[in-house]
Amino acid sequence: MTFNIWGAQTDIELMPHRPAEASLDECIKCNICVTACPVTAVTDLFPGPKYEGPQAARFRQGQQETPDYSVDYCSGCRVCNMVCPNGVRIAEMNARARATIVEQDKVPLKHKVRNNLIARPETLGKLGQPVYPISNFLLGSGFGRYFADLFFDIAPKAALPGYASEKFSKWAKKHEKPAQAQRKVVYFHGCSTEYYEPRVGKAAVHVLEANGFEVLIPPQNCCGLPLLSNGEFDAAQKYHESNIKKLIDYVKQGYVIVGTSTSCTLTLKEEAPELLSFYTDDAMLLAGNTFDFNEFLVHLLDAGELRTADLRPIPLTLAYHPPCQYRAHRIGFPALEVLDLIPELTIIKSEAACCGVGGTYGYKAEKYEISMEVGRPLFEFVHEVNGPVAVCDSETCRWHIAGATGVPNVHPVELLAAAYGYEVEGPLADVLR
Amino acid sequence: MRTIQTEVLVIGGGATGMGVLADLALRGFKAVLVEKRDLTHGTTGRYHGLLHSGGRYVVKDPKAATECIEENVILRRIMPHCIEDTGGFFVVTPWDDPDFGDTFLQACDDTGVPSEEIDVAVMLREEPNLNAQMQRCFRVPDGSADSFLATQSVAELGRQHGAQVLNYHEVKNLIQDGDKIVGALCHDLVRDEDVTIYADITVNAAGAWAGKIAGTIGIEVNIMPGKGTMIAAAHRVVNTVVNRCKMPADGDIIVPAHTVAIIGTTDERVADPEHFAIEPWEVNLMMEEAAKLVPVWKETRMLRCWGGVRPLYQETKVADTRDVTRAYTLLDHETRDGVTGFITITGGKWTTFRQMAEVTVNRVCEKLGVERPCTTAETPVPNPFGHTGSYHYLGQRLAEVEKEKKFDALICECELVTRADVEHAITKGIAHTLDDVRRDIRLGMGPCQGGFCTYRAAGIWHELRDDPVEVTNVTLRDFLQERWKGLRPILWGQQLKQERLDELIYLSVLNADHLPGETASRLGPAMYEKGSIEDNPKAVT
Repeated sequence: MTFNIWGAQTDIELMPHRPAEASLDECIKCNICVTACPVTAVTDLFPGPKYEGPQAARFRQGQQETPDYSVDYCSGCRVCNMVCPNGVRIAEMNARARATIVEQDKVPLKHKVRNNLIARPETLGKLGQPVYPISNFLLGSGFGRYFADLFFDIAPKAALPGYASEKFSKWAKKHEKPAQAQRKVVYFHGCSTEYYEPRVGKAAVHVLEANGFEVLIPPQNCCGLPLLSNGEFDAAQKYHESNIKKLIDYVKQGYVIVGTSTSCTLTLKEEAPELLSFYTDDAMLLAGNTFDFNEFLVHLLDAGELRTADLRPIPLTLAYHPPCQYRAHRIGFPALEVLDLIPELTIIKSEAACCGVGGTYGYKAEKYEISMEVGRPLFEFVHEVNGPVAVCDSETCRWHIAGATGVPNVHPVELLAAAYGYEVEGPLADVLR
Repeated sequence: MRTIQTEVLVIGGGATGMGVLADLALRGFKAVLVEKRDLTHGTTGRYHGLLHSGGRYVVKDPKAATECIEENVILRRIMPHCIEDTGGFFVVTPWDDPDFGDTFLQACDDTGVPSEEIDVAVMLREEPNLNAQMQRCFRVPDGSADSFLATQSVAELGRQHGAQVLNYHEVKNLIQDGDKIVGALCHDLVRDEDVTIYADITVNAAGAWAGKIAGTIGIEVNIMPGKGTMIAAAHRVVNTVVNRCKMPADGDIIVPAHTVAIIGTTDERVADPEHFAIEPWEVNLMMEEAAKLVPVWKETRMLRCWGGVRPLYQETKVADTRDVTRAYTLLDHETRDGVTGFITITGGKWTTFRQMAEVTVNRVCEKLGVERPCTTAETPVPNPFGHTGSYHYLGQRLAEVEKEKKFDALICECELVTRADVEHAITKGIAHTLDDVRRDIRLGMGPCQGGFCTYRAAGIWHELRDDPVEVTNVTLRDFLQERWKGLRPILWGQQLKQERLDELIYLSVLNADHLPGETASRLGPAMYEKGSIEDNPKAVT
């Protein structure tokens, strides 16, 4: 078989899978995770990854009433996993422990309703986007936020995205495909691109097309990650199964899936199978053929297949934050390699552990202050770099950073699209104008 | 020399002795118990913690089986806080004869041990780590018992009724006056002085050491110490007691106990209940046999390995100690040896300790010519360390820490022991060493085996007791030495990695070997495997 980077690998070997909890045996109590955890550093409500993961896991017994409470303060950033010298899968253990709390109906009703609301961006998008002027007015008004806080404990100051005037998929349908594309690739846009930031998807499509790809955009669901990180595993599994059904035939035809949302791609790659213990052949086939957008571009670059000529200079110095969810892909910093191709663009990488938002974590009234404290070093860094925009791969991080700093945030692909000569939209367009 | 006068002297601070003491106290006797080390230092603190349903003995030893189920029901009622209601399975593995299951069921019926056959699919749903190739599975009311806590609790019951418990009091010899035993000459190891205890009746409940006690006045009590080696896995790979459904043999039971799961045991006759080695073949055998029940066992981290000695009694010599009855024996030395004032109670199992005590104290009453009914079967046992009235459950400590957010107060992080727990054990209990504190509250019993809690606990110990720094240092060293002994037989994989870190902490960072004070103290644990006797001079004393 001839191997090429844009072709799916369909002979994936299925490895035996042990549950995340089995990795607790690897913990030697060294405390490195505790010193690295951005949440435990700022609040006494979260005793830290060592306690919640390998230690508490020894006291958990499936059928019994769960003793857990504090594990809900884990933001799911996975910094602990990353720094653990022994491979303890702490974040997964925590997510599964939270799912037990949910399964046993131990979440107060108000929060249960709230979590189910903010963890369903697809539903929110379907409801809110068609009437976007009204929704945006309500979400932007102190009045609307007052009631969101009162009824659902949604932090009034947390940065919410605005609905787009046109869905990404609607634009994509109208979009004229290039005539002679030799290669095809499937684009997983995710809910944020679909309902809130279609500009990211448009940039992604342009970049792929500029590299000779026909971009396939099949119908797709929310990846289910917000539900996973809120412990709503049953609902998350439904989404995941539905996505497998919608995407697997493309993989079987030999096309890979690329996504601009780092958390969506991580979910397809490993979060969903691992957390749900959902290791079907199709799930693993999809997992093995899903790529982060920049990861994919770097593969092309390495193969000499990425268009690097005639890039327009972007004379800016910008802060770049690789989201913690992105680092969890364990693929290095491909965005840096891609952005490095753009003449005159200076990117300064943040060393901050996490922006604090943790997907939906920072939207919760009881966790908002924690999320702001966690993100403080990053916010200061963004101010120091003092660029007109900041760069970040993950949507909720972008919104959170922008909300906290007042500096608009863009996805790396928007910069590359601009360098390719595409007329980008949104905050970057204002800067480049 | 101090002298103590009492009605009944009980020798041995294990389950049996403590049961006798509490029973005596409840029946209004003045009683004193002496134990040469800490409570449960002998066999009681070194067994796998099974609360027998009796299932294990239904075929081989029906008498023992019936005793077990009777006592199982009583102990669940009077001291549930010491018991986890895990339930038990008897499983027919691919290596076992499926027809034995029918023999087993019939024998359960005959002996009154409740049992039912369950579907293997149901078994796997409840215990997904069990071997999927099991042929049959039977459910019995086995449980998991905390023998440390139980003994402390029964001691508390005795104390509440006027009994006195003296740990670190070693019997040097029984005191004989004509043909009567009138007490014992003891040595108080803490104060390093002799104490004479006079009693109308002396009860020898020294378990595997009972022969040694009787031997001090030339009475032969033939205890055959049967060594059983056990290994604890670092987490609960099963939550139900799992027995092989076959005639009892080596490595045929896994007991979930607190946060660990214990595979047991071998059965090797040893010459001495204190000085024996854990042999590599025993470790290998346990690992192999455990993997037949739980295939992931070999990938699981092993926490610790230790040996206990069964106090099996037989008047006539037999070769294989497992064929000796587990049912207990009461020796009245008046009728047996012509010596009055002396009774030996031996054999048995933890599960039957209350019944053994009842029978013993009945005999004491008879000897003293009084009639006082036994009430232990109806008397709730208090808990000196916490709640009573409900079963222990795995998540209990986590729930307590979570509820009160005692995150910052954790001293032993593995076993979720708080500062308040440590302080309570040091100031309110009868602990004389950090190792005693361990037995009281599970300090240092988790995967890191004291790596991070020992120095913290030593600090609290020093602060609260105001001992000279040398004393604190030596109890720290004794503790580390005791942890190390249990690690050596299983020093591979994750535990080797852990021990390397612990070694760096104590030897390289804290210089524990060279802190002021003696290398080891006389209060250090007396159980040694052969290999370490030469290494450590205190073992000889």
